[in-house]
Amino acid sequence: MSGFLNSTIARKFAMALSGLFLVIFLAQHFFINITSVFSAETFNEFSHFMGTNGFVQYVAQPILIFGVVFHFVMGFVLEIKNRNARKISYARYNGSANSSWMSRNMIYSGGFILIFLVIHFIDFWVPEINIKFIEGDMSGLDAAGNYRYYDHVVHSFEPIWRTVLYIVGFVFLALHLIHGFQSSFQSMGFNNKYSKALKGFTTAYAIIIPLGFIFIALYHHLN
Amino acid sequence: MASLDSKTPEGSISEKWTNHKNKINLVNPANKRNIDVIVVGTGLAGGSAAATLAELGYNVKAFCFQDSPRRAHSIAAQGGINAAKNYQGDGDSTYRLFYDTVKGGDYRSRESNVYRLAEVSANIIDQCVAQGVPFAREYGGLLDNRSFGGVLVSRTFYAKGQTGQQLLLGAYSAMNRQIGRGKIKMYNRHEMLDLVIVDGKARGIIARNLVTGEIERHSAHAVVLGTGGYGNVFFLSTNAMGSNVTAAWKIHKKGAYFANPCYTQIHPTCIPVSGDHQSKLTLMSESLRNDGRIWVPAKLEDAKAIREGKLKPTDLKEEDRDYYLERRYPSFGNLVPRDVASRAAKERCDAGFGVNKTGEAVYLDFASAIERYGKEQARIKHLDENDKTLVQKLGKEVVANKYGNLFQMYEKIVDQNPYETPMMIYPAVHYTMGGIWVDYNLMTTIEGCYAIGEANFSDHGANRLGASALMQGLADGYFVLPYTIGNYLANDIRTGKISTDLPEFEAAEKNVRAQIEHFMNNKGTKTVDHFHKRLGKIMWDKVGMARNAKGLNEAIEEIAALRDEFYKEVRVPGAADKLNQELEKAMRVADFLELGELFAKDALHRNESCGGHFREEYQTEEGEALRDDENFAYVAAWKYKGKPSEAVLHKEELNFENIKLVTRSYK
Amino acid sequence: MNLTLKIWRQSDAGKKGRIVDYKIDDVSPDMSFLDMLDMLNEQLNNKGEEPVAFDHDCREGICGSCSLQINGEPHGPDRMITTCQLHMRTFKDGDTIYIEPFRAKAFPVIKDLIVDRSSFDRIQHAGGFISVNTSGNTIDANAIPVNKHDADKAFDAATCIGCGACVAACKNASAMLFVSAKVSQFALLPQGKIEATDRVLNMVRQMDEEGFGNCSNTGACEIECPKGISLENIARMNREYMSASLKG
Repeated sequence: MSGFLNSTIARKFAMALSGLFLVIFLAQHFFINITSVFSAETFNEFSHFMGTNGFVQYVAQPILIFGVVFHFVMGFVLEIKNRNARKISYARYNGSANSSWMSRNMIYSGGFILIFLVIHFIDFWVPEINIKFIEGDMSGLDAAGNYRYYDHVVHSFEPIWRTVLYIVGFVFLALHLIHGFQSSFQSMGFNNKYSKALKGFTTAYAIIIPLGFIFIALYHHLN
Repeated sequence: MASLDSKTPEGSISEKWTNHKNKINLVNPANKRNIDVIVVGTGLAGGSAAATLAELGYNVKAFCFQDSPRRAHSIAAQGGINAAKNYQGDGDSTYRLFYDTVKGGDYRSRESNVYRLAEVSANIIDQCVAQGVPFAREYGGLLDNRSFGGVLVSRTFYAKGQTGQQLLLGAYSAMNRQIGRGKIKMYNRHEMLDLVIVDGKARGIIARNLVTGEIERHSAHAVVLGTGGYGNVFFLSTNAMGSNVTAAWKIHKKGAYFANPCYTQIHPTCIPVSGDHQSKLTLMSESLRNDGRIWVPAKLEDAKAIREGKLKPTDLKEEDRDYYLERRYPSFGNLVPRDVASRAAKERCDAGFGVNKTGEAVYLDFASAIERYGKEQARIKHLDENDKTLVQKLGKEVVANKYGNLFQMYEKIVDQNPYETPMMIYPAVHYTMGGIWVDYNLMTTIEGCYAIGEANFSDHGANRLGASALMQGLADGYFVLPYTIGNYLANDIRTGKISTDLPEFEAAEKNVRAQIEHFMNNKGTKTVDHFHKRLGKIMWDKVGMARNAKGLNEAIEEIAALRDEFYKEVRVPGAADKLNQELEKAMRVADFLELGELFAKDALHRNESCGGHFREEYQTEEGEALRDDENFAYVAAWKYKGKPSEAVLHKEELNFENIKLVTRSYK
Repeated sequence: MNLTLKIWRQSDAGKKGRIVDYKIDDVSPDMSFLDMLDMLNEQLNNKGEEPVAFDHDCREGICGSCSLQINGEPHGPDRMITTCQLHMRTFKDGDTIYIEPFRAKAFPVIKDLIVDRSSFDRIQHAGGFISVNTSGNTIDANAIPVNKHDADKAFDAATCIGCGACVAACKNASAMLFVSAKVSQFALLPQGKIEATDRVLNMVRQMDEEGFGNCSNTGACEIECPKGISLENIARMNREYMSASLKG
């Protein structure tokens, strides 16, 4: 498998697969989060389920983490090869004449998303892991005996700086997805008469989902 | 005057090639491994020969001046390739292709060679399809054909307007397979600058590495030249900028006879010259004449108004237009052979009917084709065929499908939309039928030195038919030379490797170095292009589409004088031991300056008009070419004697046993 | 019109290069871009300076020799053409034009604007062919019917002129469009299917060894390709490669 992953095409294929996996995860994440706007109770239940279910925690979560890490590491590996492929750069390079900004700057949008993810993990994931697996409290309850998840979210978005940071993070996510989502199909060899419609769908997805996340963040900040 | 032996085999014309193949010597596979062959030039002829020879087992060294074999100028051929497949069932046959080619060549080609060409033509198509050449196909999945100038059947296979490209890439892929296997050693960006002869046999070449400037010696048991034609002697031509006569001229100087240099094809459908900044002319495929109608204004005052920009061609009524080809040649109309179409255009323009600023252009009009196709489509689609806009739209779609890339190319260059206004075209130098004299085995008068494709003289006589150049290049390279060369190499199986330390290599290299040094040390004041342009002007004005004794005599003197001036006055900047494009050009122009003189000398000696050679003194009252079969039914092969002016004529009498010589008529 | 040219000059592969400014006057809009460079070279030559070296040959957009990154785009700002077909009417009086060689590690500069594209040849040596002998003793051409749709697509892929604009345009200097055009041409034809597996594996391996970058699907290559070779070919090669890898 390692020999296979030496080829540019296989690497791109792997990038596409991991990317698509993350896109699907994103949808799931979004649908749970959006419940926090409508019902604190539903959100809490979902969160508790996700946080304590054995399959989610011991199978899905490691796969997801592997997917994220793989996508990033491979992204950087590809970027290094790409940079090496042109040692001397052009004095004048008119990239906007033939390609979109998004497609040319996946490493930057991706890099920013990585920074964002680290902060996001520190905000939400690390405390949860700490409570559950270090302190060993699997109840999901706060001191008052209520589920803590909803309150955690609401408190997190109180400071303006974090809300803004998240909004910027989602903007980069949108930029990354506008190119990345549809591009993954091309990398996997899918380019035919349905591609145009597919591009419409992927573009819509790439904009709507991050917008939704922005909405959630703003909603909790303003309330 | 000595006469030349073509070594044509005995027997009836249809059996010659088979008999010959059955009788010639073969080299056994184990021995082929010990034999080296040099192939210079990697176009259709050279590329296909290199691939086939390597496949047979010889060690091939292939040379091209381009950065890759794929860029050879065969790539620019647009229209198609002829083959006597008779897929259309319209009466085609080997004999008919043979007959059309001999007639099209105005009865100045060698019957036996042409018959062989027609015979192997069908194999070429089989071969190319097997190689994955994407020829145009019909909906049923079978190959499509179209018709070309000078013939009455549809035998031309094509790949849109890029047939040459596809065939060359086919040959290139066959080469790549052998390069990958190590059977061909490819030398890109190398130019052959001399032939090395040892004991009367061609044994190697001197080549310059165009990147490092190094002068290299390469030895082999035989040397094959597929180096193309010499149309660039006119400076302006449809040839690639790098196309040159140098390799052919060097072997000529070493003893290979140069045959019929004056037979030049002036292609009728090129984009007219737009200004003196131009260094290259662009061809528009002859296939356009299938649907385009050629005309000029019928009245001189209209032509004048058009030239001054006061009148538009689309304003002219039908009766004010002169469709002069349809008028003069009712049976072939716009599809007369190239030489006839070119001269007719020149005749009209000389008479003052030219339609661009310089008066050197005629119209090629697609309006009636658009209407015809539009109506046809409307009928097929059950739409209103009286709706003019609809018919126009549908018709343009059909035309775009057939010639879209050509129309686009025209628009990019001329900045006019040929769907709306007629194209302007004018003849330009395109192909040279003349070349190195070869016998039936394609061997030159130097033993072990072969010439194939456009570089030789053999198959097209005084005029080449459309879609026949590709056929000849591939026939020579794939199917003829690989057999005939074995006959010669069979005697070389015990020779062993040829050493490049032989004194003959030494001498040839010294010679090349001396010439390069001369150019580098010459403190002249004028650029190489300056001389090339002046040579081109002399050639076009006096040795061009119409020639006469007075002009030719002047040309001979002027070219000789220009050559002297060139050696004194040319300046070559840069260094010899580096990539130096000016030096490359200087070396090539030096040879053009010698060839040009021989060219004029040949044209002067041929006191007749035939095919691409038109002498004003020899024409009928109607202005048609007047051949003299009594005195000139021969190949004029010139032997070099130190100077072009002193070249000695050798004749190969042409015997027509299967075709009766008649006046070519396309009326 | 009068123009300022900023041209990359580099005396040979080993030396460092730099951008040099040149003024050129009285350029006619009807000139091709290379006619304009010829004019500049004539002027340099007359001044005793060495002319600018650039690759060119057929000057009708088919040989693929001419290269040049013009104002940051391969073959200049116009579409579906090569540099030799680019005309000066595309520019305005007073314009400054950057002229650089195609840049890629796999295309080292030989001199000035000339680059070495033999990496493309080596990729073709690795598998850009159908292994048939050229004996002519194959089956009749019409014994292999090809669906017109596939034949047309194969032809479209085969029109690649190997100029390298795709590599030059790509931010990663990837050669995927070039390689996929050849892979597609043969993959679409019945004649080529027989050795399709080895072909794609070998050609891609060679492509990677030459040091071209990865495909980021930016689509720049398709837009800048003078022959309009479609990204569909890259997708097809991806499919071919993945299925070949599973088989192989």
